Amino acid sequence: MIRKERSKIPVKTLLLGQGTCCISAGAEQVYTALKREIAQLGMADSVQVKRTGLCHGFCQLDPVVIIEPEGLLYSEVKVDDVPEIARSFLPGERLVERLFYHSPVTGEAIPRYRDIAFYQRQQRTVLKNCGYIDPEEIDDYLTNGGYQALRQVLLEMTPEQVIKQVKDSGLRGLGGAGFPTGRKWESCYQAAENEKYVVCNADEGDPGAFQDRSILEGDPHSVLEGMIIAGYAVGAAQGYIYVRAEYPLAVKRLRSAIVQAREEGFLGEDIFGSGFGFDIEIFPGAGAFVCGESTALVLSIEGKRGMPKPLPRPRTTEVGLWNKPTLLNNVKTFAAIRWIINKGADWFSSIGTKKSKGTAIFSLTGKTVNCGLIEVPMGITLREIIFGIGGGIPDNKKFKAVQTGGPSGGVLPESLLDTAIDFDSLTAAGSMMGSGGMVVVDEETCMVDLARYFLDFTQKESCGQCSLCRLGSLQMLEILTAITKGEGRMADIDLLIELGEGIKIGSLCGLGQSAPNPVLSTIRYFRAEYEAHILMQQCPAKRCKALISYYIVPDKCTGCTACQRQCPVNAITGDRKKIHVIDQNKCTRCGICLSVCPERFSAVESVPGRLVSGD
Amino acid sequence: MRKITFVINGRKIETNERNTILRASLAHGIYIPHLCDHPDLTPFGGCRLCVVEIEGRGLTISCKAPVEEGLVVQTETPVINKVRRIAAELLIVNHHAECLQCVRNTECKLQDIAAYIGIEADHLQRLRQTAGDHPIDNSNPFFIRNPNKCVLCGICVRTCEEINGVRVLDFAFRGYETKISTLMNKPINESVCESCGECVVRCPTGALIIKDYQRPDRVVTTICPYCGTGCGIQLGVRGNKVVSVRGDRDNPINKGQLCVKGRFGYHFIDHPDRLTTPLIKRNGAFVKASWDKALELVATKFKEAQDRYGPEALAGLSSARITNEENYLFQKLLRCLGTNSIDHCARL
Ligand SMILES: Cc1cc2nc3c(=O)[nH]c(=O)nc-3n(C[C@H](O)[C@H](O)[C@H](O)COP(=O)(O)O)c2cc1C
Ligand code: SF4
Ligand code: SF4
Repeated sequence: MIRKERSKIPVKTLLLGQGTCCISAGAEQVYTALKREIAQLGMADSVQVKRTGLCHGFCQLDPVVIIEPEGLLYSEVKVDDVPEIARSFLPGERLVERLFYHSPVTGEAIPRYRDIAFYQRQQRTVLKNCGYIDPEEIDDYLTNGGYQALRQVLLEMTPEQVIKQVKDSGLRGLGGAGFPTGRKWESCYQAAENEKYVVCNADEGDPGAFQDRSILEGDPHSVLEGMIIAGYAVGAAQGYIYVRAEYPLAVKRLRSAIVQAREEGFLGEDIFGSGFGFDIEIFPGAGAFVCGESTALVLSIEGKRGMPKPLPRPRTTEVGLWNKPTLLNNVKTFAAIRWIINKGADWFSSIGTKKSKGTAIFSLTGKTVNCGLIEVPMGITLREIIFGIGGGIPDNKKFKAVQTGGPSGGVLPESLLDTAIDFDSLTAAGSMMGSGGMVVVDEETCMVDLARYFLDFTQKESCGQCSLCRLGSLQMLEILTAITKGEGRMADIDLLIELGEGIKIGSLCGLGQSAPNPVLSTIRYFRAEYEAHILMQQCPAKRCKALISYYIVPDKCTGCTACQRQCPVNAITGDRKKIHVIDQNKCTRCGICLSVCPERFSAVESVPGRLVSGD
Repeated sequence: MRKITFVINGRKIETNERNTILRASLAHGIYIPHLCDHPDLTPFGGCRLCVVEIEGRGLTISCKAPVEEGLVVQTETPVINKVRRIAAELLIVNHHAECLQCVRNTECKLQDIAAYIGIEADHLQRLRQTAGDHPIDNSNPFFIRNPNKCVLCGICVRTCEEINGVRVLDFAFRGYETKISTLMNKPINESVCESCGECVVRCPTGALIIKDYQRPDRVVTTICPYCGTGCGIQLGVRGNKVVSVRGDRDNPINKGQLCVKGRFGYHFIDHPDRLTTPLIKRNGAFVKASWDKALELVATKFKEAQDRYGPEALAGLSSARITNEENYLFQKLLRCLGTNSIDHCARL
């Protein structure tokens, strides 16, 4: 289909992202409408309307239309805007300025997306094709250099040379310790068995992380290509992709990519006439976070309950799937391989820091002006990401902390914003790179509550086999919940530290070993906030219901009775045109009074701590 | 098998290669707290209590670590003590600790561990009680499953799989809801459980206990009367009454294993309906008789039948409860009586 269109070279290409996030914002309808409208205006040959797997990562602007070759960006496009957009391509018509992105700082229109702060500091390497190519058309991948790396590897390189190139690139994995990918490949290559497997870990289960999904939706062939190359390097003929079943679009695109790659002969027997054969099967996971752990993942594919296997045991590269040597890598790791082969190990290792090479991909979420999927060189500082790419904290709120690495990571305070991020610096600061989730929180987030949230997640996801993780996380969760309810004891803080350290040392797998990180790091950097909850019975961020009060400022109250009428427990007294008062003993802190007090009065305030009636 | 020498707490130990550090240490009288390891089963590694430190390598769990020539192992260091104390305390506050009412009292592995580590009240009071309130599974006629005392050691799971080969049980659910479950979390009598009780014997706590259990005051070693296999059993006797049966681990036939009948079917011994003398029917009612009288009557009736219908009219049906030798003698007897019609209940 694309082949036909390509015979007439279009003057302009309109790119419309169709990822999960874009579709939920209405991108599908905009695409259909735009395509129809352009055709009706008779411009189908000169203006190509093209579906891509993803937007360009700036998710909050979805649906986005990118106009190439100029690189213009229309944001938050609605179906109603389509006629105007289409007409703008007629000779003599003007661009639709109101749809340009407007700087939140200056209010100025920024027509070119490369000029938008969100993109300026990014270095799109692995994500280069995401948002440019149609993931369901293998030709589009091929015209963008796809499967060239595979051809080169199969026809010109030995497995040893491939492994050396990956080693030289300095690429590291995303598991806890950032294990060097080349060394992992080498160890699998050296395992003395005829049958081996390559497995792609696409179980991405961390709350807030969506990079793997984005790559699978936006550029699935890059993952397949990386896996086939890996198969050649380690000596495997079969690959599996273990992907979350909650990612239906990613699964659909992977399936179609595999079918097309088979049709074109990139999968199957005797690829490129090299004699090497490889095939890939998709294995949908059942939604357990712990199944992302290597040994649990292997058990899950084998049809067993996914429970990590304790150390000491052989590495998965020696004894893995069906007890055969197995190479397990993350989606991003496989997606980076073709670029390393294409552009060389030197090019890859020229990006980044001394020990962490290449780029890092983050899902930037939380309280930043700009949110979305970003790719940055290793060594960039947190400040550059949050205040540069992210555009800072909205609504004039103060930055409080950034949480990286999902539930296994930790929080970092303002004093560490200038840390150059790489595997080792994040670990040293008490967090980790991990999945690449990056959640920014502002002054309105309670750190005890944040730690409780993450622990609640890990506790529920613990496979339950080992006592320290199952019961330790439960114990820590109970203590944190007590603190947020004002039932904490001063000894609890040291107890949390003691438990956390013990659980980290003694747990069986990475889940338990990292589960205390959010708690330990919040205590390390925000101890005063814990103490305020316990000693002063106050939640400084005013998040913990049990430790705040609502208060009507007498000078501001006009006695309009709005709050009094809405209070569900009749805790507010006061007559019309008289100052109203909240009975603190009756108040359940539902906050309705605060939301119904007319803005022009703004008489109701929330305050940290428990007021006694009469205060 | 090759012998390996390694050092633990400064003591040299010689053991077979492929042994684990834990089992080698226990065999030499060095106790390392552990809950989920069992000598009959594959090591599991879940309870985390058996941590030890190997010089140059750091912490490891001793139930999974194979012995190696020249290893230097410590079982008492500050880090080890910290980790296993936390693990033990977490297990205790998660346990329905009503030791005095518990059948396993003084035979419980959790008690052993607590005693070894030394649990202090004020240390324990810092922790929140997390014991659940799960329903007790009473559905099996012979034993009770009480998840509130379960430590999730997985011994029952591995026993069912590795010893009996039935695989009734497995871990199910996640987080604090994790439990040992039958398929679809049904009561155990709705599963394919054969009630062999092997898991009950191995459960280290009071989570799997025999119904109406009475602790015996002495043990009598004998052979199970049920079938020709001849499993070795140890009757637990209290006063003059058999109150329990255990498999005899030293018996080469069954090495401690038993089936449901051997383990739980001993109540016939004192059952009021049990026949203690032969009975002869007179005028429609059974009347007690001596063995001589009874055998005499049988012989007379056999003779009558032979005379009237010929010897082929007789047939014999033998039982699996007797041994091969007894079965052999039985067929001899019937052939002497002139019939070839002999059968056995195991063939039905
Ligand atoms: C609890 C747990 C969950 C994990 N989840 C994932 C996951 O969702 N995706 C992933 O790639 N790796 C996950 N990992 C890390 C994997 O075990 C493994 O290290 C990784 O897939 C190796 O690939 P890499 O070296 O290419 O990063 C998880 C680890 C643990 C302990
Ligand atoms: S650390 Fe947690 S998730 Fe990992 S094996 Fe232990 S119980 Fe399971
Ligand atoms: S029931 Fe007993 S044997 Fe089974 S896991 Fe629980 S404590 Fe262990």
